Amino acid sequence: MISKKDVEHIAKLARLEIGEKEKTKFEKELSEILDFIEKLNEVDTTGILPVTGGVELANILRPDEEVTQELEDKAEELLGGAPETKENWIKVRAIFS
Amino acid sequence: MNPAHLTIKEAAENIAERKISVTELVSSCLKEIEKHNTDLNAYLNIFDDSLEEAKKKDEELSGYPKKDSPQIPSLFGIPIAVKDNILVKDKICTAGSKILENFVAPYDATVISKLKKHGAILIGKTNLDEFAMGSSTENSAFGPTKNPHDSSRVAGGSSGGSAAAVAANMCLGALGSDTGGSIRQPASFCGTVGFKPTYGTVSRHGLIAMASSLDQIGPLTKTVDDAEIIYKAISGGDDFDSTSVKNLPLPSKKERKDLVFGIPKEYFSEGLDPEVEKKIRKTIEKMKDAGVAFKEISLPSFEYALAAYYVIVPAEISANLARYDGIRYGFSHQEAKNLLEVYNKSRHAGFGDEVKRRIMLGTYTLSAGYYDAYYIKAQKVRRVIKEGFARAFEEIDLLLGPTTSTTAFQLGENTKDPLKMYLADIYTVAVNLAGLPAISIPAGKIGNLPVGLQLIGKWFEEENIFEAAKFIEKLITSR
Repeated sequence: MISKKDVEHIAKLARLEIGEKEKTKFEKELSEILDFIEKLNEVDTTGILPVTGGVELANILRPDEEVTQELEDKAEELLGGAPETKENWIKVRAIFS
Repeated sequence: MNPAHLTIKEAAENIAERKISVTELVSSCLKEIEKHNTDLNAYLNIFDDSLEEAKKKDEELSGYPKKDSPQIPSLFGIPIAVKDNILVKDKICTAGSKILENFVAPYDATVISKLKKHGAILIGKTNLDEFAMGSSTENSAFGPTKNPHDSSRVAGGSSGGSAAAVAANMCLGALGSDTGGSIRQPASFCGTVGFKPTYGTVSRHGLIAMASSLDQIGPLTKTVDDAEIIYKAISGGDDFDSTSVKNLPLPSKKERKDLVFGIPKEYFSEGLDPEVEKKIRKTIEKMKDAGVAFKEISLPSFEYALAAYYVIVPAEISANLARYDGIRYGFSHQEAKNLLEVYNKSRHAGFGDEVKRRIMLGTYTLSAGYYDAYYIKAQKVRRVIKEGFARAFEEIDLLLGPTTSTTAFQLGENTKDPLKMYLADIYTVAVNLAGLPAISIPAGKIGNLPVGLQLIGKWFEEENIFEAAKFIEKLITSR
């Protein structure tokens, strides 16, 4: 079960502002979904290794050599999506106020 | 003949023989869009340069010899729609979300470069549940997509726009993405073919990530042949996706008559609409009459797939969607006074309900003290489910069952209850957890609503799926 206090804590961790109405709604909905998920405890998983990804591949690295990439010299284009930029830097609000 | 009604294979032949021009083909699809899109809302964005591209292709065509045309690329001049979570350079890519409403893609996804290389004409971007989270396309920030067979019903989701666009002849084929059924379920609801390839066969570079250990791109088309054509064009290893498999194991293609089909009893248990069951059983009977071998199969722990899915998916979402912070791209709240408020307010105003719900759930299950109990437990159950499939495939080559437990539901029917909506994917999610390839093909209708039949194959044995699906497709359409 999830309490309203839990909801507030999770929202803080998720960097998500939520209103009073949403808090009550999430309290109920998340509790219901977690109840449903409890079902997993019926499965005996002693000695089973957890899956860690979609394929069993590991450490896929390219050779350490220079490549001409599609995105090279595209800084300006990539920065084009940012709300505020200055001289190829992204401008952000003050961290301390 | 309306060129928009052709299959990809037919249209390619017609173009090669100069019976229709690419311009005619693209214009006829644009005409269908004009006729149906206001009502269906399948497209979020129709590319205004598609006719211009078509003209270029017609000029290019004169460079190919008329008679033998093997050099003509497989998708030459074919109008293809793209789910709006796949990046097309210089075009807006919303992912169905307010937070990316004005986001212009700075590069092409690998699948898009491949489609272009094969000569396809990209005709527009299709509607989806926000960030592909949903089973009805009702979670789109830009309104739901309606089912072309009955506009009071949903098109399914999350690739509902792509499915509706194919079903209503607004394109010849489309790309979708499938994390838990998002290609197969809408294909089933709209009466199209929908194919989810083996995890690792198609690069996801340029696909807006939802749950990375499950996401896979695949085609929605009118026929199995067409799905195969698109799949062959978009698959292959890619340096930009570390999960893409470079050296695929050699396909062990079997003769159709040697394929053994498994009927998983879990796919025919409580919750399956008796009318849907009747349709699937009827196809099985037809196949038996044609000499196909069947075996009853059981998939242990199958009933836990949905629960495992709804731990793993939100967990990966909470991490993947951390990038939408109002700083680097996308919506940024103007009234924020400091950095923390930029995050909090932008995400509050930019994300819809289901996205917030999943971010919250994932953040919770990954938070201190809960990680082992939820996430690790779910990943262990995932292994049990995967091994269950592996054991089944020691006895059979393909699993056959319904794609969905019901036909398309009414708009608004499941929106009040998230858990009820999740149940729409009951027959599809396990396939993603195991990373298997699967296809949904039309298996008749109940009233005017299509029913989908699902075939699940072994890892990397897409050839057997196509072979079997073509055979079943022929059986179903023959009277």
